[in-house]
Amino acid sequence: MSASDVVVSAEGLRIWYGTERGPVRAVDGVSFELRAGETLGLVGESGCGKSTLGRGLLDLLPEGSKMDGSLRYQGHDVLAMSTSRRHALRGSDLAMIFQEPLTRLNPLMRIREHFEEALRTHEPGVGKDELRRRSMEVLRRIGIPPTRYESYPHEFSGGMRQRLMIALALALRPAFIVADEPTTALDVLVEAQILEMLHDLRSEIDTALLLITHNLGIVAEACDRVAVMYAGEIVEIGDARDVFRNPRHPYTRELLRSTISLSTTGLHYIPGAPPDLVEPPSGCHFHPRCPDAMTVCTTTAPPVVESAGTLAACWLQSPGAIPAGAEEPLRRREISDADEA
Amino acid sequence: MPTRPETAAPTETLIEVEELEVHFRLQGSSLARLFGRDTGHVRAVDGVSLELHQGEVVGLVGESGSGKTTLGRALLGLEQPTGGRIRYGGKDITRLGERDLRSLRTELQMVFQDPNAALNPAMTIARQVGHPLRIHGLAKGRDDLRAKVSQSLERVGLAPVERFLDKYPSDLSGGQKQRAVIARAIITGPRLLVADEPISMLDMSVRSKILQLMLDLKNDLGLTYVYITHDLASAKFFCDRVAIMYLGRIVEIGRTEEIFRDPKHPYTKALLAAIPDPDPDRALPRDLPRGEIPDAADPPSGCAFHPRCPRAFEACGWEPRDLQTLLDSHWASVSVEDYEREREVVGDLSGLERARGRAVLRPGAGSTAADVRALLDRLRAADPEEPFWRGVESVDVEGGDVIVTFAPAEDPVLRTVSAVRVACHLYEA
Repeated sequence: MSASDVVVSAEGLRIWYGTERGPVRAVDGVSFELRAGETLGLVGESGCGKSTLGRGLLDLLPEGSKMDGSLRYQGHDVLAMSTSRRHALRGSDLAMIFQEPLTRLNPLMRIREHFEEALRTHEPGVGKDELRRRSMEVLRRIGIPPTRYESYPHEFSGGMRQRLMIALALALRPAFIVADEPTTALDVLVEAQILEMLHDLRSEIDTALLLITHNLGIVAEACDRVAVMYAGEIVEIGDARDVFRNPRHPYTRELLRSTISLSTTGLHYIPGAPPDLVEPPSGCHFHPRCPDAMTVCTTTAPPVVESAGTLAACWLQSPGAIPAGAEEPLRRREISDADEA
Repeated sequence: MPTRPETAAPTETLIEVEELEVHFRLQGSSLARLFGRDTGHVRAVDGVSLELHQGEVVGLVGESGSGKTTLGRALLGLEQPTGGRIRYGGKDITRLGERDLRSLRTELQMVFQDPNAALNPAMTIARQVGHPLRIHGLAKGRDDLRAKVSQSLERVGLAPVERFLDKYPSDLSGGQKQRAVIARAIITGPRLLVADEPISMLDMSVRSKILQLMLDLKNDLGLTYVYITHDLASAKFFCDRVAIMYLGRIVEIGRTEEIFRDPKHPYTKALLAAIPDPDPDRALPRDLPRGEIPDAADPPSGCAFHPRCPRAFEACGWEPRDLQTLLDSHWASVSVEDYEREREVVGDLSGLERARGRAVLRPGAGSTAADVRALLDRLRAADPEEPFWRGVESVDVEGGDVIVTFAPAEDPVLRTVSAVRVACHLYEA
């Protein structure tokens, strides 16, 4: 793959918003690249900055938040663009899929009208027959029968509505989509159907997809690569199968171990909770909860190390660089249930 | 690493549910109500029999709309059954009045899915955890109340209690709130706890802790659990027995290890196969059941799962609306031009949804019954393995219409198949 395939690239991206107690550093120096046709899973506990990052990438941050660092979209510097140019990107080039589709569909508009409006707004020259043909083509691809074309949103089931949302997002063939927990509100079988559909679409359309989820099973199922976020930072990023087979960062490993799956025979959990992002812990943010923490982890942020294409920010990955005497295991204070997430 | 302790063989029956029905009347139009016309019913729970033994964990597993929550609420007298019995302590609790139910509720308690909704945001933790004691008059004065609340909070791990007593729900994390909800549920010393998706709103890293807490409480307090969930993975770990529910009925029930080792019902098999697993070597199957759980106000005839079932055959209850589904899924796979041409051939389809028995297709203007029949023949030839055709007895032309006749429907009933009970025609000799 050539560098021109890169759709989104972020470097040292930071997003923060002000509170009475000081700025909340929700995203704190995140770097990654996403290529055409690629799906990147973004995982981590609640409050680690996943959704903020997703919204930031689409310029959908609420008022009062600030973003700096570098964000390039097909080579263009997004942060240097005028507001109107950034807005013009949305819809035609960038799109978002939300968790609860019913709140994003207009209850008074027929499905036909939703599609015609979206297409007409971004491609004003298209004729009526062409609009109809193209909308029905998109619906067909996601398995909505053409007989439902004139129906209203409430006449569809939850799974159908999420299909409609995805179809609306894809109608304009955007180059980059952020999907924030797109299947969380759905039943197991419907979730599996939607994942199958996303998988098929991904191979048909060359869209780059950022899939935000708390479900590691979905990442293993639907993503090429995975980024693990903790306290506003990406602590590990790499090929999803490689990371799940051989996690480098203790946080990734502990998240995987605490997931209840069909092969679970004993319960495991990460003590404590993600930190307050106004005053995150010094050094490695994960050190107060990390079973492998050393004294160096409390003072100095670990360097990012690459091995076999996977990047991880953990001192265990660069033992040679630890100052002498600082590799002592950290004696941790006991974390009680009362401090949990 | 704590593991699930082996439970002793259950002995005493705690609750016995017999042929329970909870049907909700639909509102309908005001005119229909005025004339007392039947506006239809949602059959949320439709003939469920189940025994709960002292000290066991029984899982009610199913998708939304399966009736699992309604069944759980009916066990506590929170829903008024329209039929059947629930025996507890020698009494049929479906016949008790509000006053008798109220005293029963100290013994039968519930933990809800969303701790944010279950806790009152304007009440301190101490006040709401102690609420059941005040309602039932179980505390002797302020000090006794405070002591019992503290004891309950300690039991669920919210210690030191001074840190939590005077806090409001908004000061607590998701896991802590769910602990407070559990503290409130156990404070009256119940025998049965119905837990409705107690971990599904929580972060992955906290779910295990709450499950562990529930296991500890069960062992310490001798509780019996009904665990309502859509998550088979946690049910597999947590439950002694599971009942798989679909559209108000139990389709399969048995010991957890049996159900997971060798699932019998095609619905159970599909659910199990559809769980996304973090293991990169496991992938989702490509032959997922189609569609979604249907409307419980108008369930499919025969086996309610038949329209989605990959193994359905003659007896499963095929009916006219299945023809509509077949045409829809065909049209979702052809070009817009082909759809529009074929759509004109079959004419008005609006009758199929409500029709019972046989399906009548009246050709559209400019088409003949032979055209309609040719279209159906083409569909069948294109996908002869489609289960729908197994249920079609004949396709005839009658007075310009095409008539599709289906094999008679039979309701599958639960029967013992090796170590489990399953309701599926596939297992009838």
